Amino acid sequence: MSERAKMTLKLKIWRQENARSKGRMTDYTLSGVSPDMSFLEMLDLLNEQLISQDKDPVSFDHDCREGICGMCSLVINGQAHGPEALTTTCQLHMRKFKSGDTLFIEPFRAKAFPVLKDLMVDRAAFDEIIAAGGFIDIATGSAPDANAIPVSKINADLAMDAAACIGCGACVASCKNASAMLFVSAKVAHLSHLPQGQVEADKRILSMVAKMDALGFGNCTNEAECQAVCPKGISISNIARLNRQYLRAALLSEESESMDCLEEGSH
Amino acid sequence: MSDRSLDGRVPFGDIRQIWDRHRFSMNLVNPSNRRKYKVIVVGTGLAGGSAAATLAEQGYKVASFCIQDSPRRAHSIAAQGGINATKNYPNDGDSVWRLFYDTVKGGDFRSREANVYRLAQVSNNIIDQCAAQGVPFAREYGGTLSNRSFGGAQVSRTFYARGQTGQQLLLGAYSAMMKEVSKGHITVYTRRELVELVMIHGRARGIITRNIITGELEKYSADAVLLCTGGYGNTYFLSTNAMTSNGSAAWKAYKKGAYFANPCYTQIHPTCIPVHGENQSKLTLMSESLRNDGRVWVPKARNDRRLAIDIAEHERDYFLEEKYPAFGNLVPRDVASRNAKGVVDDQRGVGETGLSVFLDFRDTIKRDGKEAVGQKYGNLFEMYNRITDEDPYSRPMRIYPAVHYTMGGLWVDYNLMTSIPGLFALGECNFSDHGSNRLGASALMQGLADGYFIIPYTLGNYFAAEHPHEDIIDVEHEAFHEAMQSAKDRFSELLNIGGSRSVDTFHKALGQSMWEYVGMARNEAGLKKAIEEIVDLRTQFWKDLKVTGTDVGVNIELEKANRVADFLELGELMARDALERKESCGGHFREESQTEQHEAQRDDTNFSHVAAWEFKGVDAVPERHIEDLIFEHVRLTQRSYK
Ligand code: FES
Repeated sequence: MSERAKMTLKLKIWRQENARSKGRMTDYTLSGVSPDMSFLEMLDLLNEQLISQDKDPVSFDHDCREGICGMCSLVINGQAHGPEALTTTCQLHMRKFKSGDTLFIEPFRAKAFPVLKDLMVDRAAFDEIIAAGGFIDIATGSAPDANAIPVSKINADLAMDAAACIGCGACVASCKNASAMLFVSAKVAHLSHLPQGQVEADKRILSMVAKMDALGFGNCTNEAECQAVCPKGISISNIARLNRQYLRAALLSEESESMDCLEEGSH
Repeated sequence: MSDRSLDGRVPFGDIRQIWDRHRFSMNLVNPSNRRKYKVIVVGTGLAGGSAAATLAEQGYKVASFCIQDSPRRAHSIAAQGGINATKNYPNDGDSVWRLFYDTVKGGDFRSREANVYRLAQVSNNIIDQCAAQGVPFAREYGGTLSNRSFGGAQVSRTFYARGQTGQQLLLGAYSAMMKEVSKGHITVYTRRELVELVMIHGRARGIITRNIITGELEKYSADAVLLCTGGYGNTYFLSTNAMTSNGSAAWKAYKKGAYFANPCYTQIHPTCIPVHGENQSKLTLMSESLRNDGRVWVPKARNDRRLAIDIAEHERDYFLEEKYPAFGNLVPRDVASRNAKGVVDDQRGVGETGLSVFLDFRDTIKRDGKEAVGQKYGNLFEMYNRITDEDPYSRPMRIYPAVHYTMGGLWVDYNLMTSIPGLFALGECNFSDHGSNRLGASALMQGLADGYFIIPYTLGNYFAAEHPHEDIIDVEHEAFHEAMQSAKDRFSELLNIGGSRSVDTFHKALGQSMWEYVGMARNEAGLKKAIEEIVDLRTQFWKDLKVTGTDVGVNIELEKANRVADFLELGELMARDALERKESCGGHFREESQTEQHEAQRDDTNFSHVAAWEFKGVDAVPERHIEDLIFEHVRLTQRSYK
């Protein structure tokens, strides 16, 4: 194999022992980095070096390494998933950097995503939001023939666009309010573009938004940073759509609540 | 070798009615009694996610475990192509019988007929269920579902959601799970890894897990345990599997008495992005739909490192089209992979490493235009470009085979129960439906069939017939303490070796032996060498491993060490199985057993059986049991793609 020019990098990496301890940036110099390596392979190389020096390797989240599981994270030089658009950290390659560059590598930061160790964070809050209503309540075995529910191609495509979210949390990490609106709105849009999702639509929106608030995610103030960093190109138009649907759902639920009161009062 | 055939417990009768009749004759658990039963489901991919959701809907108390930080991230998510079903919406002649036949034939006649028939039968229910959950399948303009032909199938029976079918099906199963979580029927334990199976009175009654964040060992009891932990392709170090995909859960079960079936059956996928260098950590698959329009070639001359553009037409060898004029570039995965290896071994590989072949779209672009090609393959071209920095529109892609799927796995009977009562295996973790070669778009189908439509019946039957819950136990039972102690000992042993080599160096060395001798082409001498090398490496591992840190808190090296220790045993069993199976079949190619045209030659007289291995001790030779395969509905033929 011909030797392509290897790079040397200065790394400043967030090290933190566990959720309770205080963290700090630590400096490393790493040479022998090939431009064809992925960003995580570069960290693998650093870890091999740390192990050989009897030092604790850097912990980071990752799994599929092909941009689909949503497990990898990292804020690289201030940007969630690094400098390349529409790319997860695991799909970012070192040829995007130059020898001699200094790289700042930090965890996703948000109140709802506490750091567990080094660059690993806890994103369990996303599961809680989905459990609050991000599903269609249909038990196995009770489905009609798949073609009994026609879905226009346009709606199917729009649903798929929104359903492409990988739940990585970059939207939260890049938002100055640490809002989860892009994540929530994508799930709501996915299901509400489909006739199957209509039945529970109002309830879904209200309970998912309530859960998001309760978990400590912030409000959306239209900064659009989330859309800029989203590796799957989820559009903030989903948020506008969610806001409209939310108002409607809230209104309807108030009405039905006051109806309930009236009925009770008449007894 | 024992001479009595293992009993797969397939009910007698007409294959078309076996499953129906079996569902009728199985015992049922009264709905109000179901909440008395606790079920542990390990893994949250398509098999585990669908099983957990459905069992919870039925009223059982489910505890679900996954290694990632959320059940939504299991590696089923990475499947691109699609999922088969016999809907016959395109009216092109598909039927349950045809899918059954294609799957048995595609598996090179090494699967159990009745299981495959049942799989084809429930395939349609899966599509209905997923569509109702909101899986955004591709649609026609009239609003009905789209189908495409996949992996050389002659009918269009594959349903898909762009190039992300696995992701969308998994998110469907995950949402069904989360619905049950919200109702309090499922408790999810994330970032947990199974480290011991707990057996009491001969039955599986619980597990010990390691909490990846705290390092603590934890005990969980249940009335049945379901392993849905995927395949063991990472034995090869480099594969298309995710980084944490591992064989440990199945391996712990094997060591407790579950038989391991056909471990040598691995699928090597021909269209992967080639290795870039020694720091490569995993391989990326590209959909094999690329072979519909791309032409595979290498230079005719050896060690020809010129750019593709400088190599004239008459200097190119389109070796698949040449050798298989009828199928050309669309020959099955194993044939395409083996031929790529053939030309690379002949020093005609391309790229910096010489470890790849060209997949060229030049002629298709000329014929259909760049735009049309972009519409069909744009996403794949982009992905290729991102990883390799090469533009497939202007120069041919480079591809090379990579380990992708393991057809072998825990032996299960017709009810998906392993040879340990109360222990079930679903999805890629079991061995049952794909024989020695899996067809494209069939893995997703099998995972969901097992979880949504098979285990919910057969598990109830086990409970109603065996009443495991009457044998009241809890995590204070001494079996839990013993299992806990043995897990603890294992981790402290790993931490205290005090050697000099990192886990990855051992894993890479294992991968090299496996790829070299237990890869695409195998022979007796090579397999014996592999066993020797692996045994030797295992000794080295336990002498010279270095794991930094402690067993408290996150310790990524300790996690990996535990898995690699298992791979070092599993790899040996794979080689042993390959050595004993002296025939070629599907993905298992024994050089000694080939036709005059160098194609795989089955030996139905001596090997029409499942090999199921029984553990006898780490350094002892395991016992090979067999289950005879009887074909009453399909005629055995020699595959030919000429
Ligand atoms: S590791 Fe799966 S998306 Fe990056």
